[in-house]
Amino acid sequence: MCFASKEMIYTSVLLYCAPRPCAFDQQAIFRSRRNKRDDDAMTDLWDGILRAFWLVASLDRDLVEITLRSLQVTLSALVLACLIALPLAAVLVVRRFRLRRATIAVLNALMGLPPVVVGLIVYVLLSRSGPFGVLGLLFTPTAMIIAQVVIIVPLIASIAHQSLRELWSDYHDLLISLNATPFQRITTLLWDGRRALLTAALAGFGRAIGEVGAIMVVGGNIDHATRVLTTAIALETGRGDFSLALGLGFVLIALAVAVNLCIHWLGQTERGGRW
Amino acid sequence: MAVLPIRAKGATARRRSKVLVGPVDLTIEGAGITIVMGPNGAGKTSLLKLLHGIERLRGGHLHYGCALAEARAKQAFVFQTPVMMRRSVVENIAYPLRLAGIKRADARMRAYTWATRIGLGEAAERAALGLSGGERQKLALARALIRAPEVLFLDEPCAALDGRATREIEALLGEAVAAGTRLIMSTHDMGQARRLADEVVFLHKGRIEEATAATTFFERPASEAAQAFVRGDIVE
Repeated sequence: MCFASKEMIYTSVLLYCAPRPCAFDQQAIFRSRRNKRDDDAMTDLWDGILRAFWLVASLDRDLVEITLRSLQVTLSALVLACLIALPLAAVLVVRRFRLRRATIAVLNALMGLPPVVVGLIVYVLLSRSGPFGVLGLLFTPTAMIIAQVVIIVPLIASIAHQSLRELWSDYHDLLISLNATPFQRITTLLWDGRRALLTAALAGFGRAIGEVGAIMVVGGNIDHATRVLTTAIALETGRGDFSLALGLGFVLIALAVAVNLCIHWLGQTERGGRW
Repeated sequence: MAVLPIRAKGATARRRSKVLVGPVDLTIEGAGITIVMGPNGAGKTSLLKLLHGIERLRGGHLHYGCALAEARAKQAFVFQTPVMMRRSVVENIAYPLRLAGIKRADARMRAYTWATRIGLGEAAERAALGLSGGERQKLALARALIRAPEVLFLDEPCAALDGRATREIEALLGEAVAAGTRLIMSTHDMGQARRLADEVVFLHKGRIEEATAATTFFERPASEAAQAFVRGDIVE
């Protein structure tokens, strides 16, 4: 009885992990299972790299489409978020008003805003029965942009505020002495702090391009409408096509690195002095 | 309308409950150079900032010869550690003009002239943060003088500078005075004070001990602290 049940366990294990059992002792089973898993993982990674290469080399139509949509959504969100966050950060630095400290604390806290929750809230606001339902924005790239703006504004504003505050402590005496208007103070800080602000923007870009929770909720991952790289990766992983998911993943990483390098090159960071 | 005379009556500057300087009664008028002297912590910087209008008045009155906004526009201040903006030399010098609404090309041209005048013509397009201490102070001076202020405050502009840099700064100050700028300057350097001063304000523990013509101050100082200070004793 006891022996039989042992047999059964062995058999079930073998059936589970190895289609063609070749050994009956436990050691061999575990060894073969581990090797198999390692082989699979390595194969998936390797396949992923190859898939990524071929997808890019053949300029796969779907890939180009979702990559461009990823870029379009994230860059739009980034531009909008910068337009809001950078002046906000500068105002928080040069103006003294009652809720300034509270605003800064809230912005810092909101850096860790869970994207899924943001997605949910934007979803509720944009849904047919919500206050902005009439605009019909749910499941459009616009909705995804809105969600991403909400996610990255606190991040960009917080980082920008930190670096502008240091710049302001350098400039404070001079700008006060020259009697610069508040608007002039803000524009001076934004211009002279532009390289630090670039870092803030890149952090925002990084968070937005790799974000999946919110845009999945408000975009719906609809093929040819709202599918982007991250949601496609989530979908392919769920379907079990690891190599395609990995391939898309490598494309995503390459995209993020390429955009960063481009911006650094355009901004000439690490060149021409210390700022 | 001219900024001068600047009249302070019972003017006081305070940080929290600690009095930095004051109450002081002082009138700045006429032409030339007023040297503010006194030991560390006597309130020299606070007095300059107070007269310049960037230190909040916590008591007393301060009057300029003209309206406040006009007075602020006609003054300049050179800080002890010059503020270098993260820009090129020429753009640093041009900045006050840009704030005044002067077109970029025009402002840059005038800044170039100044950069050449202070011997930084070659370095005009270099980053200001790469300058040496003496060059920084000269840049700050040019930036202060480019608006042709009626009154210029200088807070120990030659502290930590060597002889040559000090001589260059003093030459620029002499030109400014010749051009009609009223200078009010603090210094620790007794030699410099003797070279430049037309008037001396001696501060001790936040109060003005003496405000008189330079010759009187150096030859017959009235107060005990000032006598000790001129003798070269250590005054605390």
